[in-house]
Order: sequence, then C-alpha cells, then structure tokens
Amino acid sequence: MKVAATRRNALTLTLILLVGLMVVALSALSFGGVHLPLGEVWEGLRGNASHSQATTIIRGIRLPRILLAILVGAALGVSGTALQALLRNPLADPYVLGISSGAALGAIIALWVGGRVAAASPAAAFAGALATMAWVYLLGRRAGRLASYTLVLAGVVTASFLSAVILFVLTLLSTRDVRGIAFWLMGDLSVVTDAQLRVLLPIVLLGVSALYLFAKDLNVLLLGEEEAAHLGVNVARVETAIYLLASLLTGVAVSVSGAIGYLGLLVPHLGRMAVGNDHRTLLPVSALGGAIVLVVSDTLARTVVAPGELPVGAVTAVAGAPVFIYLLRRTAG
Amino acid sequence: MLGNETPRNDRATAIAPVSVSVKVDGVAFRYPHFELAPTSFEARSGELLAIIGPNGSGKSTLLEIVSGHLKPLSGHVHLDGEDLHQLHPRQRAQRVGLARQETILLFSFEVREFVRQGRHPHLGRSLFESSDDERWVDWALERTNLTPFANRRILEISSGEFQRAVLARALAQRPRLLLLDEPTANLDIGYQIEMVSVVRHLAASEDFVAVIVTHELNLAAELADHLVLLEAGRSLAQGRPEQVLQSELLSRVFRTPVLVDQNPSSGRPRITWVAP
Repeated sequence: MKVAATRRNALTLTLILLVGLMVVALSALSFGGVHLPLGEVWEGLRGNASHSQATTIIRGIRLPRILLAILVGAALGVSGTALQALLRNPLADPYVLGISSGAALGAIIALWVGGRVAAASPAAAFAGALATMAWVYLLGRRAGRLASYTLVLAGVVTASFLSAVILFVLTLLSTRDVRGIAFWLMGDLSVVTDAQLRVLLPIVLLGVSALYLFAKDLNVLLLGEEEAAHLGVNVARVETAIYLLASLLTGVAVSVSGAIGYLGLLVPHLGRMAVGNDHRTLLPVSALGGAIVLVVSDTLARTVVAPGELPVGAVTAVAGAPVFIYLLRRTAG
Repeated sequence: MLGNETPRNDRATAIAPVSVSVKVDGVAFRYPHFELAPTSFEARSGELLAIIGPNGSGKSTLLEIVSGHLKPLSGHVHLDGEDLHQLHPRQRAQRVGLARQETILLFSFEVREFVRQGRHPHLGRSLFESSDDERWVDWALERTNLTPFANRRILEISSGEFQRAVLARALAQRPRLLLLDEPTANLDIGYQIEMVSVVRHLAASEDFVAVIVTHELNLAAELADHLVLLEAGRSLAQGRPEQVLQSELLSRVFRTPVLVDQNPSSGRPRITWVAP
C-alpha cells in the first residue's frame, strides 16, 4: 500500500485534500468569462452591495455551480469506488448499473409529457433513477440475495435497454426539445437552484459518511463473497447497503447534473494509485479528489471557449481519456 | 514468542479448561446429486485431524459444515460446547479460521494488508486495527515465514507464497478451530511438509484444533493424529493413521492397488503405489 491505513493517515489525507479543495474552489471563483481578483471574490462572497458585479457573478453564478461540482464530484467519486468493490471489478463506474440511463429516461419522459418546465425539475430524473435501482436490484438477485455477478449483468442489460428506449423517445420529440438532451448525455453544472443544493448537500454528506462506515467491510469484500462471509461479514446485508448508498449517490448526482462521464471511473483509480486499495484511506481521497477534479473540469469548461461554454462531460472525457491511457501505460510498464 | 501479553479481546473464555474440543455429531447434507450421510467425529486442541478420501467423497462438504458456514440438514457441530451454527457470523469468525483455495484478486494488496483482514472479526466497532491486532498480524506472518514478503504485492508472489498468506490470514484470526482445505495443493514437497508441520506445532502451542482436508495420504500419515476416511458421503474408518491406512481398504476406496508399509524413519504408515 502506498499509504498505511491508520486513523492518523486517514485524517491527515482528509485535511490535506480539504485544504486543496478550498484552494481550487477559490481559484475557480476567480476564473471565468470575467476574471475576478481575490479581493473581488471576497466582496462577492460577503454579498457586498457596492460590488454588485462581483456579488452577482459570485453568488448568482459561480458559487452555486462550484458547490454543485463539489457535491457531484464527491458523490460520483465515492459511488464509483464503492461499486468497484461491490462488483469486485476495477472497471465498474457509477453508471454500470443503469442509474444514469434511468434518470435520463425519467427526465426525457417528463420533457415529452410536460414540456421543458417539467423536465427542468430533477424529481422526474430521480424517480427514474430510483425505479431503475429497484428494478436492477430485483433482477440481479440470486437465491434471494445480491450476487455481484448477476447484479452487473442485470445492470448492463438494463442500461442498454433504457438507452434504446431513450433513443426511441428522442425520435418522437421535436428537435427544439432535443437540444436539452445534451445535458443528459454530457452533464451540465450550470443549471442548479439553491433549493436543489439544499437538498443535495445533506444527502451527499450522509451518503458519503455512511459508506465510510462500511470501509472495512468493503476491504474484506474485495477478497470475495465467500471469503468475506468466512471472516464474519454479513455479506447479504452489507452488499445491499452498499448498493443502496452508491445508487442513491449516483441517482441524486445525475438528477441535477446529468451523466458526467469518466469521473466515477478515473477518480477511484487515481486514488488507488496514490494510496492503495484500503477504503479507509481511499474513500476520503475519492470523495475529495472527485470534488477537486470536477471543480477543475468545470472551470475549464467555463473558460476554455469563453464566453461560450463546453459541457463539463466533454471536458472530463477529453481530459480523462488521455490521463487514463497514460496511467494504463504506466502500470503496465 | 510474543511475551506474556494476551490481547484483551481474545480468549473470552479465559477460565475454560485447557483442552478445547470440537465435536461433530451426526451432520448430514444433501445436494441434488450427492448425499453426505450422518457423520461424526471429535478432535481435541493440540491435535491435527485429517479428512481423507477420493474425489467426490464429501470431504469439502464436511469441512464446510464443520466451519459453520453450511447448515447441515441434521446434526450439530460443537466447539467448546457452543453450537457453531447458532452463532452470529462474526462470533463464528472469531473462533473458526478457514484456509482454502482462493481466486486471484483483481486488486492489489500488500501481503501484510491481506493477512490483516484476518483481524476483521475482532475489530468490533472500531474502523482501524489496534496495536494488539498489528501484533497478531506480525505473529502470523512470522509463523508462516512471510515476514520478508510482508510488503510485497499479493499479485506478485508465487502461488506457494500466496497459499501461505492465506494460512497466515486464518492464523491472524486467532481461531480455536483452524480448517484447511487442500492447503498444500501448489506447494513443493519441502513447503508441504513445512506448512503442515507448522500447523501441527501451532495447534499444540496455541491450543487450537486443526482439521485438514488433503489428498496427500503420506502427509496425513506422517503428521496427523487422527484420520477420517470418507467414501461416497460415508465415513468408512476413523482413528489413528495405523488403524485407518490399511492396504486392502485404501486399494478398494481409491480404486488402485496400493501398498501400506512402515516409514523406517518415523514408524508411521507409508503408502506406495503398486506397479501393475
């Protein structure tokens, strides 16, 4: 292991990454179509009425967006890590069990039925995510309990099926509405309300903390279900809990920001390379690392073609793929 | 080896009698195409009991039942007077260690991390290992001669070393009953003898019962205190190696003529193949 999994190391890592996240977030507040020096950023954060431009930009646009990036990045990083352990597969990502397809379908149906107003609400997407979660769970059971092998098959089959249904529904929509679908396929952090953030924050904090409580069980699960059972783990209960928590985190993240790709796969691997496979250090690294990566990606998305904007999923893919290839070559060599 | 300390969370029954015993009483099981008839045996701490028999005779099924993992259709398994199948999985894991063939992991751990998982049943509410836990990990690594490999990746060591790591992990659990299923499958003859000897010595010094399922008849003959011979789901013979390892019986059970004579250096039975 790169970093011994002790209480002290876990705390130290968490603190270091928290500081790093704050630095990154402050820089992100500064960059954009309009560059705001740190002094202005501070005034904007305080809501100083005499610095109205700063206040509008910071409070109205950038701060919510960056907060969203932090929460979604953490949620996807942790969810990807947990699912890789649950499925005992380093190639698993948060979307392999069909959650993102289900959320997208929920939103698209809302769009079709209720128009753009209905589609703007994450509720329909979340409903789609929940329904998919329940469906895959029931489908993926074997002898009445979760088995990672059947679970991943159930997820992949469901995801493919839902993607086909999504394409079908898309052809029935007018092209005017279809433009909003790029949101789902690529992810977008620009549309978020304070109310959504207020709901998202406790869910992500609780979900990530709850998964951390399972950190030592996740370690043992990596050995195999039978081996974990022989070491005293209640495999059925632990797997169900991890499945629910990881799916919940993915579901809420995707509901408000669409399917941002690569993050849930890349961040856990970066974490593994940095600290090893022990979840007691890996989970905090995945959470905060995911937050940092997404804030950086989003900042790039906002600034690279300013005043225009790239979808953040495009940035994570374009940047993520080469990084991944580089990592692959390095570990293979 | 480690001085006089006994970690606080071990040996809950500190005032129990010195000798631990496992009592397997009429356990039976049925699969769609195989049936294990009610089988019984006993073993005391400090003893090594070997379960032998041809392929498909039910050895692994019996071991699964004795581990508490497979619930028998009838019968009981008592360890120190406790019914293993009535225990919570975590309590069972604190008492029973199992070492058997494992699948190759896709994730890399260091050998020490791998062995450390054996402390999981003892961690309780804590997320992290205590210094006592680490000491037992060190002890297990030392007993299996893996200390030089402690920081190597589990994916990079040989299969023999990996098998010793699996044993070390089971030892780290500090079990009262240690079960081994074909522990010598990938080991050369030197390591085979070493591993089973170590297990037998530890059974005596650490006061646990060791039960081993093996195909290596001569290993069982040399090192086991008791044998249980299974055939087609039935226990055919039990007792000391000299009693169980008889030429006619083994030739019939293993479907090939074998000769049982005596190893001149140890006095134990020795099984050799009879050329046609």
